[in-house]
Amino acid sequence: MRRLRNLLIPGVDKSLLLKDAVKTMPDLTRRRFVAGGASFGALTLLTGCDVTDQFSAEQMLKQVSKFNDAVQAWMFNPDAMAPTFPESAITKPFPFNAYYGLEDAPEIEGKDWKLEVRGLVENKKPWTLEELYKLPQVKQVTRHICVEGWSAIGSWTGTPLRDFLKIVGADTRAKYVWFQCADKDGYNSPLDMRTALHAQTQMTFKFGDEILPRAYGFPMKIRVPTKLGFKNPKYVLSMEVTNDYKGGFWEDQGYNSFSGS
Amino acid sequence: MSSITASDQQASAKGIPEATRAKVIQPAWVRALHWTNAFAMVLMIMSGWQIYNASPLFGFTFPGSITLGGWLGGALLWHFAAMWLLMVNGLIYLALGFATGRFRKKLLPITPVGVISDTKAALTGKLSHEDLSKYNQVQKLLYAGIIVVGILIVLSGLSIWKPVQLQYLTALFGGYDTARYVHFVCMAAIVAFMVVHVALALLVPKSLRAMIIGR
Repeated sequence: MRRLRNLLIPGVDKSLLLKDAVKTMPDLTRRRFVAGGASFGALTLLTGCDVTDQFSAEQMLKQVSKFNDAVQAWMFNPDAMAPTFPESAITKPFPFNAYYGLEDAPEIEGKDWKLEVRGLVENKKPWTLEELYKLPQVKQVTRHICVEGWSAIGSWTGTPLRDFLKIVGADTRAKYVWFQCADKDGYNSPLDMRTALHAQTQMTFKFGDEILPRAYGFPMKIRVPTKLGFKNPKYVLSMEVTNDYKGGFWEDQGYNSFSGS
Repeated sequence: MSSITASDQQASAKGIPEATRAKVIQPAWVRALHWTNAFAMVLMIMSGWQIYNASPLFGFTFPGSITLGGWLGGALLWHFAAMWLLMVNGLIYLALGFATGRFRKKLLPITPVGVISDTKAALTGKLSHEDLSKYNQVQKLLYAGIIVVGILIVLSGLSIWKPVQLQYLTALFGGYDTARYVHFVCMAAIVAFMVVHVALALLVPKSLRAMIIGR
């Protein structure tokens, strides 16, 4: 064993070498290295407590995905803006993408629709489209990146979500804003509060300077250029400010919940 | 080869005859990191192929039987779990490779003349494998090259994963879409390397033995 140790790092002070090695790791790895070890340890303990609960690859992967949520939350810089592009860079035609065909996309009557606001907010009054259109709007030309790998550049115009959260008196210390949508089978998705408060996170009412068409989520989508596409819900019916993790359509099936870009 | 010299010196100091001790070709840390890397690499490549299939860059997809994860979501879970193993293992390898002087001693110098003459020798079957602890010029070039590709595939992967948070890195690779191609080309280079590497290891079995038991 002593020989083996000598072979491991011949003629080099092991503790110093380890220090150097750790220094060469990026901050991210260095800070989360220990946390990762801890969560693996915790997992072993948990499975050790319950003899019927066998260690499986699936559980391990879920655990690592949770760890990756934490890493991404730590990496997320609220001041880092998603790159913006000139209008000439917009992808035409911008792809329609969903887990159903365009013919099955929700058909919402604008004048009957109201945005429900629930949870930890002072004012739970529902909002008509007319009322929402009166709020100040900004335009962004950003890259939409799909979890599948493809990307497309689009132009979205609407009200920054953080402005709206302020207007309704949301408790921005809460952990999530949870969206429910009109898609068939009920689409929903949680958005972490720090991302919800990002300057580019938007309640979108227009695509390419025109009222959001049915294909892209009429009457309202949430545009989040710091997240993958599936974290940008369309056909939004309600938003809930909450401390509970309520899961999401894709998140529950295994897509990483933070999915930041 | 400070490891060999050091251990040999210790051996003689302890009065063990050098002849009875086989020469250590691959130190334990190299072997441990090598096989960990091989395992992580296979997981990354197989899950990567499944991810590729969700939005192919070229006119083909990988057969499901050689991919990992079952579907895009499963493959992403594998890819983003195995990446930690690959990255941490790789960083330790780089740190130790530099700190122990292994890279300098084993991989340098590489000269164009040497590479050409050793390539000729290899193709005519005249290349010697007597001393496995010394790499020929073609080996040096390939091993140094694959380390560079390994660094590139991790960096291009990070720039695809975090094109906003690491946008300067992504820009360095020519933007998000180009980074995907870089990532793919690096994978192809690694797979090509693996094919040659495994074939040659099987042709010279004592090199495989050295990577398993050290000598």
